Amino acid sequence: MIKEILDRPVPATVLVVALLLVTTWGVTYSPRSIVLFMMFQGSILLLYFARMPTPLKAGLTILTLGVLMPILGTINAYYMEIAIQVGIFVALALGLNIVVGLAGLLDLGYVAFFAVGAYSWAIFGSPQANLIFGGSHFPLSGWWFFVFLFVGVAVAAGAGILLGLPVLRLHGDYLALVTLGFGEVIRVLANNLDKPINFTNGPKGITPINRPPIFFAPLLQWLGIDPDPNVIYPLYLYGLVLLIVGATVLANRRLEDSHIGRAWEAIREDQTAAQAMGVPLVRMKLLAFACGASFAGTVGVLFSAKQIFINPESFTFMESIGVLAMIILGGMGSIPGAILGAAVVTILNLQILKGLSLWLNELRNAGTVIFGYNLTNLPTQLEPAKYERMIFGLILVLMMIFRPQGILPAKRRHRELEEER
Amino acid sequence: MDFDILIGIFPQVLLDGIILGFMYALIALGYTMVYGVLEFINFAHSEIFIIGAFVGVEILLSFKAAGWLDVLPWPLVLLIILVAGMLVSGIVAVVIERTAYRPLRHAPRLIPLISAIGVSFFLQDVIRLFESLWRNSFNLVYPTMEVLNHRFELTATIDISVKSLVVIVSALLMLWGLHSLVNRTKVGKAIRAVAEDQAAASLMGINVNRMISLTFLIGGAMGGGAGVLFGVQYSLINPYTGFIPGLKAFTAAVLGGIGNVPGAMLGGLVLGLLEAFAASYLSLLTGGAFGAEYKDIFAFSILILILIFRPKGLLGEIVRERA
Repeated sequence: MIKEILDRPVPATVLVVALLLVTTWGVTYSPRSIVLFMMFQGSILLLYFARMPTPLKAGLTILTLGVLMPILGTINAYYMEIAIQVGIFVALALGLNIVVGLAGLLDLGYVAFFAVGAYSWAIFGSPQANLIFGGSHFPLSGWWFFVFLFVGVAVAAGAGILLGLPVLRLHGDYLALVTLGFGEVIRVLANNLDKPINFTNGPKGITPINRPPIFFAPLLQWLGIDPDPNVIYPLYLYGLVLLIVGATVLANRRLEDSHIGRAWEAIREDQTAAQAMGVPLVRMKLLAFACGASFAGTVGVLFSAKQIFINPESFTFMESIGVLAMIILGGMGSIPGAILGAAVVTILNLQILKGLSLWLNELRNAGTVIFGYNLTNLPTQLEPAKYERMIFGLILVLMMIFRPQGILPAKRRHRELEEER
Repeated sequence: MDFDILIGIFPQVLLDGIILGFMYALIALGYTMVYGVLEFINFAHSEIFIIGAFVGVEILLSFKAAGWLDVLPWPLVLLIILVAGMLVSGIVAVVIERTAYRPLRHAPRLIPLISAIGVSFFLQDVIRLFESLWRNSFNLVYPTMEVLNHRFELTATIDISVKSLVVIVSALLMLWGLHSLVNRTKVGKAIRAVAEDQAAASLMGINVNRMISLTFLIGGAMGGGAGVLFGVQYSLINPYTGFIPGLKAFTAAVLGGIGNVPGAMLGGLVLGLLEAFAASYLSLLTGGAFGAEYKDIFAFSILILILIFRPKGLLGEIVRERA
């Protein structure tokens, strides 16, 4: 029934707008209710599926993400945090989508590029660089952050080419293993390069990392608004994330339909045939690696500024697999799929599992009895929030067996699968 | 540089390297046998390996609780945990193949690999969940058995503990058993036939599916046995311990030539020795600038170098390109 409503523009618009407003009101009314916030997120999904004129849809999307979400974020700061994290992972998933989804190169060490970007700003945006170069010229001021967004692109793309050059002759599963090894190597380096020269400060990590300044602060002062920095800053970061995600989506869409994107897909489908048709394999694969990596690099710079503190723990193999799980859940090679996958997995991790953990703890502390079993006896090690791997694993296996094309398959791929049937 | 130290620690490092090498060899067999028949990397093998270690520790802990650990003769206890670990790991491997790999056998190449990664992650947390519920802790320590920690002094600087001897002897026995099974029995011949050509093997009346299951059973059992030995040797285990040794064992399998059983044994030993030497000599040779923590990088660099310069490995045949 919902599908019928969504297919007709007027009822669809009414339904979506009503849902958005009701859930927004609901969250303002009861800020701590996870269910209401999830319904808000669900209505964003409905907005995507609803059939309505494109300008209207775009307007509603901007309104939702640009106005409603910040409002909710000021009501409950944790929702803002979730939204920022979702944005970061969406950008990461879109980057990996190029490498895995379009070019068909399974990269299991993707988080390494994220790390490279993050460390590039972390080192220069904190006093850490003084330890390397001597003197006291560092940290660079927050304005440099915007330059480093591009430095992150360059450094990560360089790392991508560096990894790509020796290993692109390998195919399929060997490539996967080598990229995995590369990811581990970067993590081990980050962990141990505190000597002989202290580059990364080892497992202790780098802090404090400078944040970008709020460039419109004078304007706000002129307007006589004196915002609480604890409120305005997350909003500002959220805006930056939205911009970066927007740029990523745009770049992805342009790439997908360009001759480069078509060459990637040709390589994915049949490498030998693609080569016979004149696709320069090595150059195209390198380009895929570099493009995917550069997205991760930018997001890494943003991530280190957001966190103020980074250490190697944030760049484990599990993060790589998490991002992979996102694009596989959404549908390999599909942009909406990658966005949906990233949102679902991040929300699952940060919101549902954490919520479940808190709830279980409350029950345990209250000594609730269920079916004659006193929950105070529940082992303390049982924390749903710690079982991300199980979720990632289940997603990967179940999707591979039952729906390898993902929830929102790429159009071209969808057609192919239809034809085969 | 102090040359005497370098010479002095050599035999001890050699011994450590051999023990580590046998461990890698046993795990590598699981990777290589599965690759031989299915041409696919069983990513979940590292968890099959660590499940063996957990079976071992669970049995030892319950024996200890029952007070049997001091009563039963220690070789019997070791035999029990070894056999149990092999059995459970072997069965788990077969179950994984049936549920997560068999439906994907004719899918494009990356699909079963991704599924295998999923299984690996899933199993890690299943073990954690189980141990959290059962013992409220997932970092487990093998109970000490006095006899095993007894050390024989060979010379003033070199000694060898009973457990190291046990590990070496059991590993040798397992390798010998596998070698005979694959090369001397009819079943072994059937497995080799399936690895060579599935279609032809099935025309010759070999039940291909059963042979694939059997391959997983044997490979899993080897991994489980290695897990038990790992626990006996290094004591401390948690659900995520298996990952790095698994990765290195895979490197060993590639080093020896993937799909090649003697190759896996050789590759395991070579990698174990290289790693032991890297771990002890790296910091001595670089004056402390680079220490043992780089040994993992060392192993991965070897993997990358072999794949680039000699993808068929030390003993392997040429890997066929399969679309």
